[in-house]
Amino acid sequence: MTLSAFFFLILNGLSSASALFFVAVGLSLIFGVSRIINLAHGSFYMLGTYIAYSCATRVGGAFGFWGGILVTALIVGALGALIEIVLLRRIYRAPELFQLLATFALVLVFSDATLYLWGPEDLLGPRAPGLRGAVEILGRHLPSYDLFLAILGPLLLLVLHVTLVRTRFGRLIRAATQDREMVGALGVNQALLFTAVFALGAALAGFGGALQVAREPASLSTDLIAITDAFVVVVVGGMGSITGAYLAAVIIAEVKALCIGLGVVHVGLLSVNFSKFTLVAEFLVMAVVLIVRPFGLLGRMQAAVRTIAEPEDPIRPATPLLKVLGLITLIALACLPLLAHSFPYALILGIDVLIAVIFAASLHFIAGPGGMHSFGHAAYFGLGAYGAALLVKWLALPMGAALLVAPLVALLGALLFGWFSVRLSGIYLAMLTLAFAQIVWAVVFQWEELTGGSNGVIGIWPPPPFDQAWVYFLLCLVLAVIAVLVLRRVLFSPLGYAMRAGRDSELRAEAIGIDVKRVHWLAFVIAGAVCGVAGGLFTFAKGSISPEVIHLNHSIDGLIMVLLGGIQTLTGPIVGASLFAVLQDMVMRDSEYWRALLGGIILLLVLAFPQGIVGALARLFDRARAP
Amino acid sequence: MSVLAVRSLCKTFDGFRAVNDVSFAVARGEFLAMIGPNGAGKSTCFNMINGQLAPDSGAILFEGQEISGLEARAVWRLGVGRTFQIAATFASMTVIENVQMALISHAGEIYWPWRPARSLHRERALCLLEQVGMHEAADRPCRELAYGDVKRVEFAIALASEPRLLLMDEPTAGMGPGERNELIALVKKLVVERGISVLFTEHSMDVVFAFADRIIVLARGQLIADGTAADIRDNERVRDVYFGSGKTFAGAAP
Repeated sequence: MTLSAFFFLILNGLSSASALFFVAVGLSLIFGVSRIINLAHGSFYMLGTYIAYSCATRVGGAFGFWGGILVTALIVGALGALIEIVLLRRIYRAPELFQLLATFALVLVFSDATLYLWGPEDLLGPRAPGLRGAVEILGRHLPSYDLFLAILGPLLLLVLHVTLVRTRFGRLIRAATQDREMVGALGVNQALLFTAVFALGAALAGFGGALQVAREPASLSTDLIAITDAFVVVVVGGMGSITGAYLAAVIIAEVKALCIGLGVVHVGLLSVNFSKFTLVAEFLVMAVVLIVRPFGLLGRMQAAVRTIAEPEDPIRPATPLLKVLGLITLIALACLPLLAHSFPYALILGIDVLIAVIFAASLHFIAGPGGMHSFGHAAYFGLGAYGAALLVKWLALPMGAALLVAPLVALLGALLFGWFSVRLSGIYLAMLTLAFAQIVWAVVFQWEELTGGSNGVIGIWPPPPFDQAWVYFLLCLVLAVIAVLVLRRVLFSPLGYAMRAGRDSELRAEAIGIDVKRVHWLAFVIAGAVCGVAGGLFTFAKGSISPEVIHLNHSIDGLIMVLLGGIQTLTGPIVGASLFAVLQDMVMRDSEYWRALLGGIILLLVLAFPQGIVGALARLFDRARAP
Repeated sequence: MSVLAVRSLCKTFDGFRAVNDVSFAVARGEFLAMIGPNGAGKSTCFNMINGQLAPDSGAILFEGQEISGLEARAVWRLGVGRTFQIAATFASMTVIENVQMALISHAGEIYWPWRPARSLHRERALCLLEQVGMHEAADRPCRELAYGDVKRVEFAIALASEPRLLLMDEPTAGMGPGERNELIALVKKLVVERGISVLFTEHSMDVVFAFADRIIVLARGQLIADGTAADIRDNERVRDVYFGSGKTFAGAAP
């Protein structure tokens, strides 16, 4: 590569960096002040592109385009304010993961609202009036709009920086980022501040989305892409630091640009196709940064937020009532095959539910009692699933062996990723687990020779007698019961107690000789291995496996299951997973707008059952028993 | 031989000398108070002794063995217990489970993945709770306790590992005067029975002068006095540090 080509590449990267920065900066501001993990931020960005598209095409001309971008920012900002007032205010004091669930429901709702309003097709906007041409730099042509974006990014950074440093509003934001309770104690109207910051963050996302209208088509898939990008940038830069966010955006964009620019490079006999790394580049950068600097490039250790939810009740061994209920459920499930003739679908659904139960129970194990909010639990599901599928495909192993190897493969993955992840906590741990999952996903997606790429592996059917649904169902039932009981047993053992001890107070745990990191690592590995069982079962249940199961969506599904049932209870994940699997299945089959429906149901649950279903039931039961 | 010997300990945070060339020793069975105004470096000293912080320089010898730079849990394993200024317990466990946790760890059973923890060392835990007067609350969730009771539980946790040295950072912070004397009297009684040496910090001069065998005074990171209650009361430099008047100590004769 010549020097001029390299320089051109860097310049190109800067315009992508600006785009990343626009999405990320609002998220960083919102998180800094309200500590809300707003998953719907990517949806604001997506809406921005769609609204700007409509402005630009309906009104047309320079006014429609440029004016439209500003109007879009205002509309999305107003929408943000509305959401803050109607929804988020009710859940500021809820546990972090709970807020995640609520904002993910918004993602689903917005996604279908967009589908309803604009249709499923990608919409390509007009090019920017006045900036349609290209600038010649070093003998190459750079679209002038890209150059405009490359300059706009740092400009926005400057404006925000001055606002934060010079204005009263900015000082309040900085103060609230450091200690929001103190700001409240000083008599600042917190409600107004939070609404304003949320609106500002949303407006910035909408603005960023709107600017993209001239570069990329408006598409329904941008919401999740944008939110992942934004999170990566914010975490790499350091939560709450806008300068860090720009720095991170530049680093990530440049690494990606270089990967594309390098293309296939021959080193001796080896040829490496660097363009394949673009999918995973940002996550590699994030993983490296978090391992070296646990709080991001310019981030600081966060002051603990003192107004979190009440600590949970001590765990108690199962009451006779619970044991009887469990036994009845088990017997009922074991009898399900008798229904196979009248409701053949019941068994298929049953298998899905049981796999979901193993998945959710293993995630709950580390996320609840362990306090490690993994956003990448699907990685271990995928490792188990692919481990089993590939052994059958390449080595023609029997199903029994493949199902044994599945948890082992997942265990190895958890051993490696867990070692790094347990060194972090809170949102940083969540993001590192996410990064690892995305890396696994990208490897599986790109390594077509081994994994079949996006097509996955097909034709992995169980041998007789397991090819009959009811036999396979019983196999799943046995394994699910074993998995749930083993996890429960461990929770009540010294190891499980030590894991909770480390979550409750790391300081105290270390002061009585508990190696918290090692205990959490071990727990992470156990959860990973159990999750691998679910993956293995899934492969043979579907007869095929594709990279989707490793995707962020699946990890989030797991979290929703756990939260739906109640993270502070031990039976919660079982109930949550069952309900989620059934809901997803029924709602999905019956409605075109299943996402919105699911989102609506989740929102209802969030507002009506803040402790999850089992938590709410337990509370009702306690109240009934009290005199 | 002294149980704990601290020699020329130094710690700097961003150019601020939090602890500057501090040396002192705790004799076996001694109840030694470390006092000083806020920001004198007491907690930093504690955090270095129990392994939460690594000193910049200096030596910390526990029973003749160099422990500076060891991890907190390694220091604990050697026989150094610790309570915190803001009591740290496991909020999602019952009172007795908190103590059981320490006993389980002391017995080296932390990695047991199978036997139920709640049945392990229950008798011994109850016995410890009884000694601190908390046995009736044994099966209550720890988060429901009044703060003074949490401090008692924390003390029971610290005793569980049969330490030979206890570091107590403001054991009575956040308590009322009556409760305060009661707790310190209890602490003193139990450690004397067991022959445990104690290094504690305290803001209540009543408590310090009534109970400490010896007192060391820290100010701006430096050790400025070391002696009995009478020595300290008469010490000019100590008076200067505490607002330049001796009035703080006047009514506190033991």
